[in-house]
Amino acid sequence: MTPITMPKLSDTMLEGTLIKWHKKPGDKISIGDVIAEVETDKATMEMEAFDEGVIADIVVKEGGVVKVGEPIAMLDGGTSAPKKAAPAAAAPAPKAPAAPTVPGVPATPKPKPAVAADGSRAKASPLAKKLALERGIDLSAIQGTGPGGRIVASDVPQSAAAARPAASAAAAARIDVPFSGSDKKIPLSGMRRTIAERLLASKTQIPHFYLAMEIDAGPLSRLRKEVNSASEASGTPKITVNDFVLLAAARAAAQHPKVNSAFAGDSVVEYSGVHLSVAISVEDGLVTPVVREAQNLSLRGISAAVKDLATRARGKKLKPEEYAGGTLTVSNLGAYGVDSFYAIINPPQAAILAVGAIVKKPVVDSQDRIVVGHRMSISLSGDHRVVDGAAGAEFLATLRKTLESPAALLL
Amino acid sequence: MPAVTEDEAYVDPADYSRAEVNAPLTAEQKTGFYREMLRIRRFEQVALKYYNQGAMGGFLHLYIGQEAVAVGTVSLLGKDDHVITAYRDHGHALAVGMGMNECMAELFGKATGCSRGKGGSMHFFAPDKNYWGGHGIVGGQTPLGLGLAYALKYKGAKGCALCYLGDGAVNQGAYHESLNLAALWKLPVIYIIENNKYSMGTTIDRSSAMRNCLAERADGYGIVWDIANGEDLYEVRAKTANAMRRAHEESLPTVLEVDTYRYYGHSVADANAKKYRSADEIERYKNHHDPIRLWKKRMVEEGVFTETDAEAIDEEVKAETNAAAAFALESEAPAPETIFEDVYWEVDNNTEAGSTGRHFFGD
Amino acid sequence: MPLTTYRKALNDALAEEILRDENVVIIGEEVAQYNGAYKVTEGLWERFGDKRVVDTPISEAGFIGMGIGASMLGIRPVMELMFWSFAYVAWDQIINNAGQVRYMSGGLINCPIVIRGPANGGTNVGATHSHTPENFIANTPGLKVVCPATAYDAKGLMKTAIRDNDPVCVMENTLLYGESWEVPEGEYLIPLGVADTKREGTDVSLIAHGRAVITALKAAEILAAEHGIHAEVLDLRSIRPLDEEAIVRTVSKTHRAVLVDENKPFCGVSAQISATIMEKCFDELDAPVQRVCALDAPAIYAPALEPIQLPTAERIVAKVLQIS
Repeated sequence: MTPITMPKLSDTMLEGTLIKWHKKPGDKISIGDVIAEVETDKATMEMEAFDEGVIADIVVKEGGVVKVGEPIAMLDGGTSAPKKAAPAAAAPAPKAPAAPTVPGVPATPKPKPAVAADGSRAKASPLAKKLALERGIDLSAIQGTGPGGRIVASDVPQSAAAARPAASAAAAARIDVPFSGSDKKIPLSGMRRTIAERLLASKTQIPHFYLAMEIDAGPLSRLRKEVNSASEASGTPKITVNDFVLLAAARAAAQHPKVNSAFAGDSVVEYSGVHLSVAISVEDGLVTPVVREAQNLSLRGISAAVKDLATRARGKKLKPEEYAGGTLTVSNLGAYGVDSFYAIINPPQAAILAVGAIVKKPVVDSQDRIVVGHRMSISLSGDHRVVDGAAGAEFLATLRKTLESPAALLL
Repeated sequence: MPAVTEDEAYVDPADYSRAEVNAPLTAEQKTGFYREMLRIRRFEQVALKYYNQGAMGGFLHLYIGQEAVAVGTVSLLGKDDHVITAYRDHGHALAVGMGMNECMAELFGKATGCSRGKGGSMHFFAPDKNYWGGHGIVGGQTPLGLGLAYALKYKGAKGCALCYLGDGAVNQGAYHESLNLAALWKLPVIYIIENNKYSMGTTIDRSSAMRNCLAERADGYGIVWDIANGEDLYEVRAKTANAMRRAHEESLPTVLEVDTYRYYGHSVADANAKKYRSADEIERYKNHHDPIRLWKKRMVEEGVFTETDAEAIDEEVKAETNAAAAFALESEAPAPETIFEDVYWEVDNNTEAGSTGRHFFGD
Repeated sequence: MPLTTYRKALNDALAEEILRDENVVIIGEEVAQYNGAYKVTEGLWERFGDKRVVDTPISEAGFIGMGIGASMLGIRPVMELMFWSFAYVAWDQIINNAGQVRYMSGGLINCPIVIRGPANGGTNVGATHSHTPENFIANTPGLKVVCPATAYDAKGLMKTAIRDNDPVCVMENTLLYGESWEVPEGEYLIPLGVADTKREGTDVSLIAHGRAVITALKAAEILAAEHGIHAEVLDLRSIRPLDEEAIVRTVSKTHRAVLVDENKPFCGVSAQISATIMEKCFDELDAPVQRVCALDAPAIYAPALEPIQLPTAERIVAKVLQIS
């Protein structure tokens, strides 16, 4: 006895509904006889016999749903089952072939081992990442020079040792320096690390140029003396030379926006307000908190603001946003007796002023006489991508004029 | 076309058994034709059974009802005569002498299949038997058949190409381009239109414009044409022989339209096989125009063999068919690495060209 | 070395192969008595006669299919398409028959046929005559496709294509037919699947095929003269089979790649090359792979605009500067 199974009547058929039997047990059938009607996913179709014989039993009643290959009736005397393959033919479903493993494309070279992720989120080219990994260099310590700041191969130093001049002095890339037991090794503080990274980037990436000017600080000294004697009488805080310099610089910068700007890669941003970053020395280094809209402040206003920032800076009480957003920096080392110096630009700003001490020195006056002069040296470091020499000089000239006739600063 | 609906239209006053090509046939040869037709039918019946069991994939276009066309035409082939057909290709494959085992195994997608399991039902080939497929796209084989004829003429061989197509393929542009070139260059190709009346599920009167018959379109190209009754193997042979003589002796093409009928749908997946035509029509062909049944009757009448002999032949054929099924079932599926074989000759033959540059892409 | 036009180099290749192998036959529209629409077959019919050089009617599906059928029986037809754009009416024959018959027959049949003709835009003939189907062909395992950029390559690749036992599509360029290059006298072959470094460089690799190679060479000149950037120009020559090793080699050398392709960008040849670079030499990249392709619209007719639709040296230079 062989089973008659649910036929696959379309290329997509998985199961069928037995709609109607045309034969009953005992009926003799031959190949091609319609024995039943089956509803497939496409249509109701007639099911023909593939074997000859006598229907022995109806297994599935009308209305039954049967998977393709499952028996729906039994046939007696079927003759066309292959002898050798009888078990397979009688089985309800063909043996599923073992799932073949998908072969690789031939002649494929073995893939190179994948480069392990270095965990860095720095935007770097695949080659730069590979080189950094090979050379033991931390990508986060590297400033990219590729398009959009991408770290490219040429940004990656040849070795960690060679990273000293090129890469961040700080950061994880350790540099071998002579060290003996009596020497002291101080781990980098966060502030030290930031100073190292930012100023290294500035000095190596910004094309600095320098202008210097000596100004007659006599009028400024005299005015300050007068103002402070009045303050003493009224009990208000004293005004410092630096307060005058800051206000004069802010007002001059407002007139010369080129120095109050930043380089933005494909453009230059000129700021509408002068937000002065004031370099303040603290125990472990220096900070540059910002006096906002300094060009609009009074002398006393700027003086009070700087005093407050300095006090809180030394007490480490400044909030992060108070460091941010400066447009021009003033660094004054006059209090330390430094005559003159040049400062490194505080990126992304385009300029920084370096202010020295007021010193007495012989000068030739307007009548060509040698007299005792009160002189103060001021220098400007400029980002040449933004500021040109003439523009910087014009700014300095305005600054000198203001400081040499300082009364206007009281207004 | 009246011939489609009126049985009598096929009756030809000529008795083709006396045709020049048929008169010398021996009893053995005539019995051989019966066996060949039966082999095709039994082979496909078993194939259908396993298809319905889900043992094979894709499509299955059955030739049942048309057997006299393949057997009659192929029986005339000489060593330089070649054959190419479309996707209803099992009959021609068996007729040219391909083994049932490799054909059945191909249907099952097995490594032992005639195309190593890469072609399936529509793509049987045996170049060693001058059999060039087995082509899946309707009409796509017609320029290839022309090319076989071109090559024969180029080489100076006295041969021809029999290129079969269905009545649905005659409306493809490639066929008409081929007719034009065949006539223009006098190429020895014979286009045999197996007109089974249905272009997939569309009746001939709804798909083909014509005056009297499809072959007549050849007139437009100045090509000789003829029609044959596909239920009479004698007539099929006689008309084909005429065309082959024209090809061999004069290097001229012929279009031969053979009226025939398929009992099953366009393919087994043809859900409407009994809806675009009446059950009566199918029954009428089975009972009155079946080429195997008619041939058997004629052979018994001619005294070539008896009903008992015919039953014995049928038993032998059934055994052969069942053995082929067993062979196919027991055969292994192709090994995965064979996916990349048989794509490029140069790669398969491990030549320098085959190993220069990358031929396969992926990982 | 004598200067020879791209056209003459192809003509020489065809003549040499006709003489070498009796089964080589040139078939196409107006290849014989008319001497070839672009004169590639000029003089061949006079020299070799009707049997070896055959004019066809305008009937691409018919005669290309016929050539494929003849090749199955051992003829080595070299079929000319007046434009590769016309292949689209013979697509079934090329893809299904030439491309698949070997596979479907389990390796019993092969088609040693060559289908050749120009495949290029840039000549103001509009979208229907400006197709570059090398990507479609290369997308069909079973077919091979080469795109020679110079007369030297055209001759060497054509001769190899004719001797190859698989179907090979040779895509030429009407804008190059009249250009001259140094071509040695006598016979030589260039294997399929071997790229050629047309210019050495260190800073960026320009990878191209066909006429885009010539454009890339111009861009390399400008980059060197005006920007101090030394571009290497790699000519793929053969698209399938593809010389992946050469691609990996040049990218590993320069670490930057700009792919120049007269194909359209979407699923064009350069898209495959880009994928290859990602797969094979990602860690060698110092910048993202960039592409300069035909602008992604049907080929425009307007003579004022068509030149900018195809890759130009200026577009290549700009793209290189963008990643340098």
